Amino acid sequence: MNAPTRIAEQSSDPLLIAGQAYRSRLLIGTGKYKDFDETRRAVEASGAEIVTVAIRRTNIGQNANEPSLLDALPPSRFTYLPNTAGCYSADDAVRTLRLARELLDGHDLVKLEVLGDPNTLYPNVIETLKAAETLVRDGFKVMVYTSDDPIVAKQLEELGCVAIMPLASLIGSGMGILNPWNLQLIIEAAKVPVIVDAGVGTASDAAVAMELGCDAVLMNTAVAKAQNPILMAQAMKKAVEAGREAFLAGRMPKKLYSASPSSPAAGLITPKAA
Amino acid sequence: MIQLSVNGQATSLEPGANVARLLETLELSGKRIAVEKNGEIIPRSRYLSTRLAEGDALEIVVAVGGG
Repeated sequence: MNAPTRIAEQSSDPLLIAGQAYRSRLLIGTGKYKDFDETRRAVEASGAEIVTVAIRRTNIGQNANEPSLLDALPPSRFTYLPNTAGCYSADDAVRTLRLARELLDGHDLVKLEVLGDPNTLYPNVIETLKAAETLVRDGFKVMVYTSDDPIVAKQLEELGCVAIMPLASLIGSGMGILNPWNLQLIIEAAKVPVIVDAGVGTASDAAVAMELGCDAVLMNTAVAKAQNPILMAQAMKKAVEAGREAFLAGRMPKKLYSASPSSPAAGLITPKAA
Repeated sequence: MIQLSVNGQATSLEPGANVARLLETLELSGKRIAVEKNGEIIPRSRYLSTRLAEGDALEIVVAVGGG
């Protein structure tokens, strides 16, 4: 009945990051795929406009003509979000992103992550705060991966980060959203987009994140390590859209039971016992 | 010849060579890369004017798949 309104609502509900509007609320990582062709097909199926990339040493003296990620996903069609994966100090992260900015012709939207432990890949928030301060001063638009600590999230926002990206659970774990209450505290306090980054395992996790009021979801392993990455990418696209619409629609209140059935109480062929 | 370290590997190049020359020998000319020399980023516009000297440490990076 109100389909036209719904479509209008959807098209006028862009994700705004640092003043830039995006239609898709799903951000996709490009690691762990079988090959670049699979990467490209998964990204296309996901509908993502923002893709994360890592910055690494080029191979010296071997295979100078090996295919490049930038050929599979042309920067003219996608917004590249260079990350600092593998960095364990603020200095390393800043250095990596300065190289990324040079590599991508001055592109300044970046994903900062500073890790604290190689086993869990848990973020080191102290180094993250330090790096964020330097990067913001240096003119970067910083989307920052962090723990789900609401105080740290607020401090990162106050430093000038353009998006706060708390983990739902550990990177690559697929454990889903372990602490929805903390995420909710972060969402309620934030004036910049909150994007769940890390931990999503399957489509329902992404939908729950969006229903909580997250502005977007960033994932990599959940898609890349699915049995069928392309199909999972498509599922994630739907889950993020469904979760967003459910959030906008506003869910019914939860109650243990309802004395108000969905079907009319009157007109039963067998009169109800009083 | 001068000795350089490129991405941690020992590399030798003729004296007086610039960054553009190094990239040429590595078959990286025109590729989407970024170069750092002794911790300083060398912008593309300075590949020709930046000469390399004995002991310089260079990092050459690319974008790869990652989360």
